[in-house]
Amino acid sequence: MTALIEARGLTILRPGGLETVLRDVDFRIDPQEIVTVVGPNGSGKSSLIRALLGHMPLAAGQVARKAGLRIGYVPQRVQLDTTIPMTVRRFLSLPRRVGDDMAAQVLARTGVGGLQSRQLTQLSGGQFQRVLLARALLHDPHLLVLDEPTQGLDQPGIVAFYQLIEEVRRQTGAAVLMVSHDLLVVMRASDRVICLNGHVCCEGTPQHVSTAPEYRALFGAGSEGTLALYQHHHDHDHDHDHGAACAHPHHHAEAS
Amino acid sequence: MLDDFFIRAILAGLGVAVVAGPLGSFVVWRRMAYFGDSTAHAAILGVAISLAFNVSIYAGTVLVALAMALTVSALVTRGQAMDTILGVLSHSALAIGLVAISFVPQARSDLSAYLFGDILAVGRADLALIWAGAAAVLAVLAWRWQRLLTASVNEELAMAAGIDPRVERVVLSLALAVVVALSIRVVGSLLISAMLIVPAASARGLSRTPEWMVGNATLIAAFSVIAGLSASLHLDTPAGPSIVTAAAAIFAVSQVFRRG
Repeated sequence: MTALIEARGLTILRPGGLETVLRDVDFRIDPQEIVTVVGPNGSGKSSLIRALLGHMPLAAGQVARKAGLRIGYVPQRVQLDTTIPMTVRRFLSLPRRVGDDMAAQVLARTGVGGLQSRQLTQLSGGQFQRVLLARALLHDPHLLVLDEPTQGLDQPGIVAFYQLIEEVRRQTGAAVLMVSHDLLVVMRASDRVICLNGHVCCEGTPQHVSTAPEYRALFGAGSEGTLALYQHHHDHDHDHDHGAACAHPHHHAEAS
Repeated sequence: MLDDFFIRAILAGLGVAVVAGPLGSFVVWRRMAYFGDSTAHAAILGVAISLAFNVSIYAGTVLVALAMALTVSALVTRGQAMDTILGVLSHSALAIGLVAISFVPQARSDLSAYLFGDILAVGRADLALIWAGAAAVLAVLAWRWQRLLTASVNEELAMAAGIDPRVERVVLSLALAVVVALSIRVVGSLLISAMLIVPAASARGLSRTPEWMVGNATLIAAFSVIAGLSASLHLDTPAGPSIVTAAAAIFAVSQVFRRG
């Protein structure tokens, strides 16, 4: 099976070029796979996504995307600017215009049918994420890339959103690559989890990763209980010692 | 018909209005108000250089305004509050322009024409240039419309669709420089950004899509030109400021009717 995206030895520097965000990361995603990237804040999750999409310069390594690969992308925290009047319908036609039928179809599929004439700024957080997902589904993507798609959603909203993602994968056969905070829910939905902290700490099936010592070192010792994961995540502190198994490998040029 | 200075003034004003609607909408969407100011203020320096070297003021202003627009867009990335840098550039450009123009004897007498416009003195050649420039800018905006709009909504989404937001930024800088040069005889360096921002801001609350906003902004700008010039004729008020006053009055009224 040919990979949709395959990357080797990715190294990315923070803007300014003094510290590494990612060091020597290998990555691959195959058709129809759901791969989730987890990791603490500042672990390079979004940078990895942006590098895979080709939005970010690489300090080292290569990214190979399958020829003709169509990607549907939901970026992190799309900030809606109230200065631009924009209906849901018009938004779906950016930058490629789509017909009314197609627009109605993707909106219905993501559970926000009939909202065509609504202003984007008048949508709830959950509705807006679904509109972004609908837009990403236009033009039959082979791969959906979702960067923290459930930010700002409440717990039931998060669960519903992941159910929707699984359903979309079932219907369209698109592979899904996502970055997520929602460890508990994501673990269940994914085929493969990559635990990132400046490099790949551990990788594999959700079961494998959740019992891996590297993962426990990163997300807290008693990580049998997922509550601890949340706790640790929100209190994440870069000066904190994660343990030798997954030390934060940021290289500071000057002592900080 | 073109023999009448008032008709020429109206036509020159409308030429600026048709391009101020769409470009002004981008200025509002991308929060480039101060950016427009710096570019417009740099035009005075362009006038001084043009007069000193005896070249067309349009050529001089386009070049200086473009240099300024590119400098500013290199210094600031969109959305970030770099208002101090922009404030420094904007006011320095104006001050340096005013100092430079004081060295050009023939310009000292009609300095106010460059600061506030001199639309009643627009000749046929000016008129032709204004409309040709406006048509060129409109053509570029229409050609790149979807790309410009996507990049203005969200740069990440634009990049994912293969659009380079930096290219779109340069396109808008270029368009802005041309419009500044076209507008200097009409409303003058100090009020150009008002012509861009005020009609678009008025149109915002009345519009549901970007295209409607552009259409409404253009109509409001055109109406401001006609109302302002007529008022200026009857009340003997300065033409450029009268146009902007008319636009400001429409803005005030539009706030009452906005859709939220």
